[in-house]
Amino acid sequence: MPRRHPEPEPGDLTPEVGAETDVSPLGRGGRKPAHEQTADEDRDVADWDRLASAPEFKRLLADKRRFIVPATVFFVAYFVALPVLVGYAPRLMETNLLGVNLAYLFALSQFFMAWIVAALYVRAASKWDVMAARVIEGTGEASNASGAARREGRDG
Amino acid sequence: MNTSLLMFLAFVAVTLAITYWAARRSTGSSAYFAAGRSIKGWQNGVAVAGDYMSAASFLGIAGIIAFQGYDGFMYSVGFLVAYLTVLLVVAEPLRNAGKYTMADVLAYRLKPRPVRAMASLSTLTVSTFYMIAQMVGAGALVSLLLKDTGVTYQSAVVGVGVLMIVYVVFGGMLATTWVQIVKAILLMGGTILLSIFVLAHFDFSFAAFFDAVRHVTYTGPDGARITQDFLQPGLRYKPPYGALDLLSLGIALVFGTAGLPHILIRFYTVPDAKTARASVVWAMAIIGVFYILTTFLGFGAATIVGRDAIAKNGGTNMSAPILAQHLGGDIFFGFVAAIAFATILAVVAGLTISASTSFAHDFWTNVIHRGTERAPGEEVKVARVTAFVVGALAIFLAIVLGPTANVAFLVALAFAVAASANLPVIVFSIFWRRFNTRGAVAGLGTGLLASIVLILISPSIMTVDPPTVTGAARHLIQADPIFPLENPGILSIPLGFLGAFLGTLTGREPSAEERFNELLVRANTGLGAEKATTH
Repeated sequence: MPRRHPEPEPGDLTPEVGAETDVSPLGRGGRKPAHEQTADEDRDVADWDRLASAPEFKRLLADKRRFIVPATVFFVAYFVALPVLVGYAPRLMETNLLGVNLAYLFALSQFFMAWIVAALYVRAASKWDVMAARVIEGTGEASNASGAARREGRDG
Repeated sequence: MNTSLLMFLAFVAVTLAITYWAARRSTGSSAYFAAGRSIKGWQNGVAVAGDYMSAASFLGIAGIIAFQGYDGFMYSVGFLVAYLTVLLVVAEPLRNAGKYTMADVLAYRLKPRPVRAMASLSTLTVSTFYMIAQMVGAGALVSLLLKDTGVTYQSAVVGVGVLMIVYVVFGGMLATTWVQIVKAILLMGGTILLSIFVLAHFDFSFAAFFDAVRHVTYTGPDGARITQDFLQPGLRYKPPYGALDLLSLGIALVFGTAGLPHILIRFYTVPDAKTARASVVWAMAIIGVFYILTTFLGFGAATIVGRDAIAKNGGTNMSAPILAQHLGGDIFFGFVAAIAFATILAVVAGLTISASTSFAHDFWTNVIHRGTERAPGEEVKVARVTAFVVGALAIFLAIVLGPTANVAFLVALAFAVAASANLPVIVFSIFWRRFNTRGAVAGLGTGLLASIVLILISPSIMTVDPPTVTGAARHLIQADPIFPLENPGILSIPLGFLGAFLGTLTGREPSAEERFNELLVRANTGLGAEKATTH
């Protein structure tokens, strides 16, 4: 691993930082609370490679990709169409419609497009939450999934 | 003592009380940088809106619409659609895999020191430039709004600067969040009220309103009366390069927002990715309504007050306050002016905390001291000192530049850097297994450099001014621009992606590829993500 993660010297009294309480305990003997773990200290939370190749996880990724990629392509295309049409087909965009013009209606429609795509995303994402929870359960991790549970088990 | 000053002082009193309350809550890195990750979804959504809707939105867009009609509304559209990029691409992975800054996500599998150093540089660039633009705007605004009270440009800049330093140094992220929430509620209230007044002026008839918008009259440069359809595009972005500039602006807005450090760090204040998602949705609801209402603010000012009257009373940026005065008298003017200050304060506080978090967490702790703090709370201490220094620097620069300085391009620059430097590396880091340290450094470097260079040779800096323009309002380089567009996004964003791509191809980094699985699982499931602090 190229990362340096200095091991504390025995008897190192460098105080621990960001402890659960306002008072940082002296010494590095105690455990850090789960929310203060750094990525390196958190590495053993799970067997990442096994999780990444688990079928439930692959299904989750495929499902996400099936929504996010087309949705992103769609909203970017729909948005870019506005400056392109306004800039390069101004005559067309000045067509009168409903007391205003096409340019204004198209711009206004962008707001509703954004809200609709966001709503669809939220609906799809609530399904992914369930799938993600299943991936985590499969590891035998508690569903709250912070390394704390595992670490507590090991230390105790 | 007039009403604007009184209302502004009331806002200051409330925000200082918030800061006092936040400072008394328990400290610690997570509390200081991320409000203990305990902000609720709707609260963070409102705070994102408060962080995002700057004075440039409230006063600037209203002013552009009032003076140049439809083209100003294009900003409004881009500012909202941008949140789809935030929602679909960056918010949840970032929350799941990060800690305090966007560099955390990059540092997961890349070599942390070079990547964090570059990310920190780009964050500081975006934040400081954006902040200077806001401060100069704030000072100029104050001297217009409070001209009867004897508040000068200098004292206004110092006042805004000192307040933002106090919020960030003493109250950290928690105070900043609540200042943004209070401001967003005020801004929405004021905007809705002003829109209702505008519609009431037209007896709540959209037909009458838009009919007036299509026949706006004003005095042209040669003194003749002009009647203009303000729904007609192209009044601001004129040929030959106008259409391309508009496209470039749109792209920079839509991709830049998802790379703005002060917006990204907001997603670390919530307990989990699901709440981050909910907060984007809340933000989109608020921001969307606000930007639709800029129609009434801007066109209302154009039709009810008129360009000529606004130009005589302070110019474009005063469109919304003057409209308020016209429709609701001095008290409403005072209310809207106070909202404008609150707007600036909340945004500069957000910028200050993103700059100081990045410096303390990325540069000080992780680059200089290789990931360890040498004393308890060192990171927070460094962040507080940084906030003070950044604030003092912004005050100093804003005073040196003066109220007439032409600083609008700094906002374009901030969005361009965010879109061209930050977004490519965030996206590649989350989605591309092969991506490596060289790619990240090359991407950040190319994006940053391309944005700055293209702005330097654009019409924002290089223009030949007529001799009537004097002092700081003159362009820095008196020559014809080399790059014809004001918004560099259309060229700088592809360059940023290309830099990151080509940089990656120059070498292989097995450790980065090995750890991709970890990042992938973390980003998509939230396994091992930092939880809320329980106190």
